[in-house]
Formats: sequence, structure tokens, C-alpha cells
Amino acid sequence: MDISIASLQGLSYSYLEVGNLALDGIDLEVQRGDWIALLGGNGSGKSTLAKHFNALLTPMQGACFICGMDSRDDKNLWEIRKTVSMVFQNPENQIVSTVVEDDTAFGPENLGLPTEEIRARVDRALKIAGLWDKAEVASYTLSGGQKQRLAIAGAIAMDTPCIVLDEPTAMLDPQGRKEVMDLLKSLHDKGTTIIHITHRLEEIENATKVVVLKKGKLVWRGTPKELFLRQELESWGLELPPMVAMWRELAKMGTIGQDVPPETERLVQALCQSL
Amino acid sequence: MKFLDNMSFGQYVPADSPIHRADPRCKIVSAVALITGVFLVKEPLGFSSWIAVLIFLSRLSRIGIPMMLRTVRPVMLLIAFTAVINVFFTSGTPLWEMGPVSITSEGIRMGIYMSLRLLLLVLFANLLTLTTSPMALADGIESLLSPFKKIGMPAHDIAMMMTIALRFIPTLLNETDRIMKAQLARGADLDRGGLIRRLKAFIPVLIPLFVIVFQRADDLAVAMEARCYRGGGGRTRMKPFIWSWRDGLSLVFVIISVVVITLLEGRLKL
Repeated sequence: MDISIASLQGLSYSYLEVGNLALDGIDLEVQRGDWIALLGGNGSGKSTLAKHFNALLTPMQGACFICGMDSRDDKNLWEIRKTVSMVFQNPENQIVSTVVEDDTAFGPENLGLPTEEIRARVDRALKIAGLWDKAEVASYTLSGGQKQRLAIAGAIAMDTPCIVLDEPTAMLDPQGRKEVMDLLKSLHDKGTTIIHITHRLEEIENATKVVVLKKGKLVWRGTPKELFLRQELESWGLELPPMVAMWRELAKMGTIGQDVPPETERLVQALCQSL
Repeated sequence: MKFLDNMSFGQYVPADSPIHRADPRCKIVSAVALITGVFLVKEPLGFSSWIAVLIFLSRLSRIGIPMMLRTVRPVMLLIAFTAVINVFFTSGTPLWEMGPVSITSEGIRMGIYMSLRLLLLVLFANLLTLTTSPMALADGIESLLSPFKKIGMPAHDIAMMMTIALRFIPTLLNETDRIMKAQLARGADLDRGGLIRRLKAFIPVLIPLFVIVFQRADDLAVAMEARCYRGGGGRTRMKPFIWSWRDGLSLVFVIISVVVITLLEGRLKL
């Protein structure tokens, strides 16, 4: 009935009984079909927040509703994890089985699905993740990017409407990063809601909403382009990609209009026209 | 250069062979039967029969003898040690004496047989792990142990622990390799001096390794929980076991060969 995937209301969390709050009064709405880029420097609480989306952590104050289900209620735990799947930073530490297709099947097997259904889901997930030809190889022979795509295939096989990715590209080389980002784009195009935690601004171009965390507080929200124009980026622990930095300077000087997107091709076009 | 090699620990090698396709339960029971058979023989005839069986099976599995032999490298030292101990400490007719040390013909025979036995044991066990994916192996063990669930044996948990242990062998080997290189780069001296010194030198490798293992275990537990894992209850399988007539027949053949080789050897000895 409603299109809200997640609704966080004044969510606070602390790892210690007393002491600093890792998350402090977060309010956030995630709609179906969103691509949320969750940004922040080290220790900003973005990973802690990520774990709230599938009830690995539950709020100490405030509330977290996933598709209307309160995550503090243990009865909802199972349904929440069937709604939101997670991919973590280190692909090596989330692969359970040696063989690629067996690992993809791990989640659906936990759900107690019939054999044919598991098979169908695994085949579909491996095809989407581009690992179909690797279905029967050993996971330790995969490259970093392939391993992370395997982890994402595991999430796809869960068939959840929403996938949360906690810095999925942090341990990958440029090729692996591109593979993972392309996969995320194709998942989003298929209608999957994506919550992407990152500190790399290169990776937010496809995001529909950007949220910035600093010291556990939600300090800013907007679109990628609005973010690129903000002056506070450095104090938020974020660094502009060179191309965007150039775009920003040119836009500020009035050489190009702010309606030009910060993409290499468009930027060159606009520059050539202004000369 | 790699200090440690994945392959040498009997990791699963995916392939399409009759042995790969067999029901894991059949393979586990067969491996146990074959290993028992190896320990029942005492004469050259018995040993050569088992070597022939091993060659036949490794051909059938498309693993090949060279790769099979690579898997025994880590236990070579143990086998050599067993041989030496047996050569020097078996009483019998001495062939060569020097003070308290003597070599007997019985000792030499014993040494050769004991090391052959160990070698065959490791090879048959590795044939199982080389041809069976850890998941299938664990599921097979779980299924074989399930009758004991009634008396409180956590069959699923044991199987899952095994799966994960096997899955992490290559990862942790890489990790150890990396730490060793890092410590060598800082001037650590890992392979000189006596046993005690070497063991001491290994501490700077072991401590980071332990820390990493615990971190990994923690991460993996969270990832498994995120993927709806909650123990064995309610779990289903993508590849359910189908015990075919081939499995039954193979198992019958294995048991017959154990009985025949044992009996044949006993008779010929008389």
C-alpha cells in the first residue's frame, strides 16, 4: 500500500551503555525505487546506520520501521531480513561456501524455499551479477570485483526489494569498483531500492538522494549536484573528485552554467561552446 | 613467491567425473571403509592392491596422480618421521648395529609399511575432499550424523563449522603468507636457528593471524545473520541428496574390495 521502504524516526544508538552516541536523532525516509547515497567520513556512524536497515542493530531511542515493521519487535526480525539484504565491505568475509553457486544459494536455503525455487533464484542472481559462467568454480579463484559481485548475487538471490551496501567498493581495485557500480546501476534500473554507503563522491552520480552523516548526526540531505556545490565538504570528511572540483570552479566563475552536469563529456562540450 | 600453496591442502577441485557426481554420503562411508581396509593389510600384496585401487579411483575422478601427490606434501615430514622411528625402534634381527642404535630387517619393513599406510590414508581422505565440495561434504556429514540428533548431537552445527573451516583455509593461508612477508620485510628471521628459536620467531606471525581470524569470524557471523541464517531449523537445500543405484552399487563394491583384499592377503600368508 505505501511506497516507504524504511522510515527512521529520531533514531539514536550507542555502542556503550553510557558515552558518545554513534547515531544521534536520525530522521530519514527511504522510498521504493530510491538510490540513497549515505556519505560520511570515518567514524561518522554510517556503517552503524546501515546495520539498522536490516535489524542487525536496533535503535536505543527513536524507531526504525522497515516496510512498516518496527525493528525493535523481535517478531519482525525475519520479515525485515527478507525485505532488506546487506552487502558488506570485505567480500572475503561474507562468502560462506567454497563454490560460487552454493554460496549464492545460502540465503534462499536459509529461507527454507523449495529446491526448484532456490535453483531458479540462484541462476537468475548469477546471470544478473555476470557470474553465470563461474557458477561452479571455487570462490577463492575469483578476483576482488568478482567476489564482491558474488556477495551481491547472494543479496539478489534473497529477492529483497531493497539492498543495503556498506562501502562495497572500498577494498576493490578500479576495475572491480567499476564492475560493482555497473551492477548497482542495473539493479536500480530493475527497480531495486539501493542504500549505498560510501565516502567516494565518484560513486554517487546515480543516487536520487544524498544524505551526509557527521559524528552520528544527519547534517545534510539533497541531490548529488547540490552536494557538489556545498562548501562544507571537507569538514564532512569528503573529497571532491577532480572532475567535479573543476566543474565547481568553472560554474562558480560563470564559465559554464550550473545546469551542466559534472560529467566529462558534457563538461568538455560546454567548455568548447563557451570558448 | 608464495610460501604456502592452496592446492596442497586437499581443497575441492570442481570437475565433472563419476566420483564428483556421487552422493557425498556414499563417498564419506567409502572413504572410511577404504581407510579401514588400508589398516587391515600387513603384506606387500595388500598394499599393492590398495595402491592399485587408489590409482583407479584417482583416474576415475580426473584428479590425476601428480595433483594427488601434491596434497601429501604437508604431511611428508610426519610420514618420514614415522618411517625413521619404526626403522630404529623395532626389535628383531639386527642388520647393522652401533652402540645402542640398531637397524633391523623387521624395522625397515615396519617403516615402509607404516609410512605407506599413512600415505594411503592421507591420499584416500584427500580424494574425498578433492572431489566433494565442502558444502556437500558438510551436508553429507550432517545427514550421516542426523540419527544422533535424538541424543542431543548438534549435527547441523558441526557440519556448518566444517564448511566454514574448509572455506577459510585458502583465505587464511593467503593471510599467513602476507603476514610472514610483512614480518620478513621488517627483518624478522623466520627460518633460522633451532626449533625453539623458530617457534619464538613465529609468534609475531601468529598473533596478528589470530586477531584477523577473530575479526573475520565476527564479520562472517554478521553477514550470515544478515542472510537470514538461524541454525539448521527450516533450512532447505538447492542440491538435495539423491541416493541413486550407482551410489549403492559403488558402496557395495568398496566394501567387497575391503573384505576381499583383507581375506585374500590373510589366506596367501598361510
